[in-house]
Amino acid sequence: MQDPIITPDLIAAHGLKPDEYESILSIIGRAPNFTELGIFSAMWNEHCSYKSSKKWLRTLPTTGPQVICGPGENAGVVDIGDGQAVVFKMESHNHPSYIEPYQGAATGVGGILRDVFTMGARPIAAMNSLSFGLPSHPKTRQLVNGVVAGVGGYGNAFGVPTVGGEVRFDASYNGNCLVNAFAAGLADADKIFYSAASGVGMPVVYLGAKTGRDGVGGATMASAEFDDTIEDKRPTVQVGDPFTEKRLMEATLELMATGAVISIQDMGAAGLTCSAVEMGDKGGLGIRLNLEDVPQRELAMTAYEMMLSESQERMLMVLKPELEAEARAVFVKWDLDFAIVGETIAEDRFLILHNGEVKADLPLSKLASSAPEYDRPWEPTPAAAPVGDIPAIDPIAGLRSLIGSPNYAAKSWVYEQYDSQVMGDTLRIPGAGAGITRIHGTTKALAFTSDVTPRYVFANPVEGGKQAVAEAYRNLTAVGAKPLATTDNMNFGNPEKPRIMGQFVGAIDGIGQAVTALDMPIVSGNVSLYNETDGTGILPTPTIGAVGLIADITQIIRGTLADGHTLLLLGDTPGHMGQTALLAEHLGRNEGDAPPVDLVAEAAHGDFIRANIANITACTDLADGGLALAAFEMAETAGIGVTLDTDDTAQLFAEDQARYLIAASFDQAEALLTAAAHAGLPITLVGKAGGDKITFGASSTPLAPLVDLYRSAFADAVA
Amino acid sequence: MKAAVLVFPGSNCDRDMAVALRKVGADVTMVWHKDAEIGDVDLVAVPGGFSFGDYLRCGAIAANSPVSQALKRHVERGGYALGVCNGFQVLTETGLLPGALMRNAALKFVCKSTPLTVATSDSGFTGGYTAGATITLPVAHHDGNYTAEDAVLDQLRDQDRIAFTYADNFNGSRNAIAGVLSENRRVLGMMPHPERAVDAATGNTDGLALFRGLVQQLADA
Repeated sequence: MQDPIITPDLIAAHGLKPDEYESILSIIGRAPNFTELGIFSAMWNEHCSYKSSKKWLRTLPTTGPQVICGPGENAGVVDIGDGQAVVFKMESHNHPSYIEPYQGAATGVGGILRDVFTMGARPIAAMNSLSFGLPSHPKTRQLVNGVVAGVGGYGNAFGVPTVGGEVRFDASYNGNCLVNAFAAGLADADKIFYSAASGVGMPVVYLGAKTGRDGVGGATMASAEFDDTIEDKRPTVQVGDPFTEKRLMEATLELMATGAVISIQDMGAAGLTCSAVEMGDKGGLGIRLNLEDVPQRELAMTAYEMMLSESQERMLMVLKPELEAEARAVFVKWDLDFAIVGETIAEDRFLILHNGEVKADLPLSKLASSAPEYDRPWEPTPAAAPVGDIPAIDPIAGLRSLIGSPNYAAKSWVYEQYDSQVMGDTLRIPGAGAGITRIHGTTKALAFTSDVTPRYVFANPVEGGKQAVAEAYRNLTAVGAKPLATTDNMNFGNPEKPRIMGQFVGAIDGIGQAVTALDMPIVSGNVSLYNETDGTGILPTPTIGAVGLIADITQIIRGTLADGHTLLLLGDTPGHMGQTALLAEHLGRNEGDAPPVDLVAEAAHGDFIRANIANITACTDLADGGLALAAFEMAETAGIGVTLDTDDTAQLFAEDQARYLIAASFDQAEALLTAAAHAGLPITLVGKAGGDKITFGASSTPLAPLVDLYRSAFADAVA
Repeated sequence: MKAAVLVFPGSNCDRDMAVALRKVGADVTMVWHKDAEIGDVDLVAVPGGFSFGDYLRCGAIAANSPVSQALKRHVERGGYALGVCNGFQVLTETGLLPGALMRNAALKFVCKSTPLTVATSDSGFTGGYTAGATITLPVAHHDGNYTAEDAVLDQLRDQDRIAFTYADNFNGSRNAIAGVLSENRRVLGMMPHPERAVDAATGNTDGLALFRGLVQQLADA
């Protein structure tokens, strides 16, 4: 087959701007051929090169005594003591999931699991953060059903418990849903595998599934906005096979144990191209590939197709040649492909041969290091106008609006489609704050949470960025965990618009301040830009995934509310009503500023919770819906009524930060009040548990119908 | 008790099963699906998971593995076998248990803790429970909707071979059947996961009596 001629249209179709093409010409000193153009396009698209975001990502705090490996590898690595490490990352699969929800979501899960086991870690927990358009939008139901089935279909078969996540609905996601998948794995701290190749003449080995034409150009597709040609993009979505992934994971971990691996990299976005370039670049080496040796599942594939295929469940490694037989035996055992497809070379070249013909001959280090980097113009987000007058409301009706909305209703319809208990170490299933997974064979555990409040970030990117981290910190704290580290998944609109770029810059600033103050550095992350359809961007959604350590599982806060318990509120309630869930869900108003985040108070209140675990029976953080929703959720979990003394709208529904609701026995409550007085922290008695009603001051209603509403509203809206 | 846990390439509850068996003192060997012999054991456990991806009928390929031939010989010799979830599907596909597991009535994967009624205590597996008692076990499956011909259902009832039924028949199983026994009462297939309910830290130990009962039965035999 004749390769196409390089024309301006072809260049544009590869997502390369004219000036980017000019720099290709100056780097290689000639016009690229078709395969080379594809390779540049794959390496230089936004998804792989982070060209718009790099400048700002560099400002994030990524170090700390607990950090073994920060951003730049497949996943972050964090010390959890006793010679073990947790390896984790969150990554988006937004564009593919909107085009083809089941496979898009499934391969998103597959990709993040591969990132984790490529580092030598066995995945032990997964989460997902999903954002959809309004339930009334004609596409939403299909997307929700497809995405949830896809996440479950992959993770359940692979055999990793899904222990947490979030689901939200907003009109801004009508044309662009978000699917952010998180995975964490466990490894020995001294047996982490990295991607940098070393040694000249070492075999480059292809592992896993065969290469097909699926996903060709996927990363380039994911770096563009959507318009009405979206259906044409369906073939760029990959197809997942969790059974192969499971075998690939087992085989990879066995392979690593043989000592045969010099370096290893999974084939994710931009497949063979990106993985080979990364291994060579990090090792300061060139790579030669012989494409006729690549295992193929389709006939007559071209060099271009093989280099850009995003077929799933594949890895590339540099092998110690003396251990080839042992390594090959592992892959034979698991019935997976093992093929030597090239070698490392001393020259700085990315040399692609196909049946003896040179298909690409490029300077390898330039492919990686000369990728464009932009300092895009940005505008700070203007200060939000203050909230207008809020009419008097019946607080029970306000609560009903919240729990009857799919945003705040129980999500069991979602998480019951995910296996949350495989591996036998799940101590807390999804549904309420952080999920908890015991570290197998020990009395330690890890807590996981995923958080962001996009409407806050839209109103005030800096405070919204801080808040996402603070809420993650609180969710980990509320189960008794010590937050360790963070992964960030930055979902934004078109960065070429200064307003959108300003949201990104502000959110990074806020996240950076918060992870510094709360000592939970960023160890991995992912950026997804161009989340726009027909020029309308999503709410800025910097999803924060965070991991906390529980040193002793007997210290987990996991009690339930009981009759006679006292309810205590830790933290101040000045009554911030801007951008609250109540405004949005009950009054249909998106107004005001995001709540300010006092990071000193967050840290102090978190430390107080951890220092007083013995005196806390149940605990939840206050976030969307404020005190009212937190108290209702506690009541719903326990099946017991709650009385709050106040019926003041702001006291009940304000979303002031750094607050926790604590349930305690009388003796525990006395001890907590004393301890808080000593520490100089604000803690107040706000109510008590008992009976079968929800009572807010003078308003009261039976609990049971509210519970029914809370448990059925999600399915009623989207199932 | 000497036990073997079969490992298919897509098994993912194999370790959980081994942990549960070891917890009650069993000597556990993991046996790879390509092995033609299982060895001399008291119990063969067929764990949950997605044996060969289950893109075809669940358990259908596993039922034709070399190790499944060895499993059949073990059962023919009067050995005990326990199939959980995908393991139950494998046992029906091998013909060691009657019936079949279809897609859940709501067509969705379901993972939750669900109440079960112990339908008989007359077996090595259920002797640790009281017939009629309600226990709670986790379920996690897409294809747990048990079906069989009327004559088979009558026979299961008449021979007291229904081990567990769902108190809330969420997956649409005929007669709410969650687990069935073989005619010699030494083979049990069940969709719920007793091996996920053996550890107080996870909040549920209702599965422990099944494993302890089996150890007791073998000790008494």
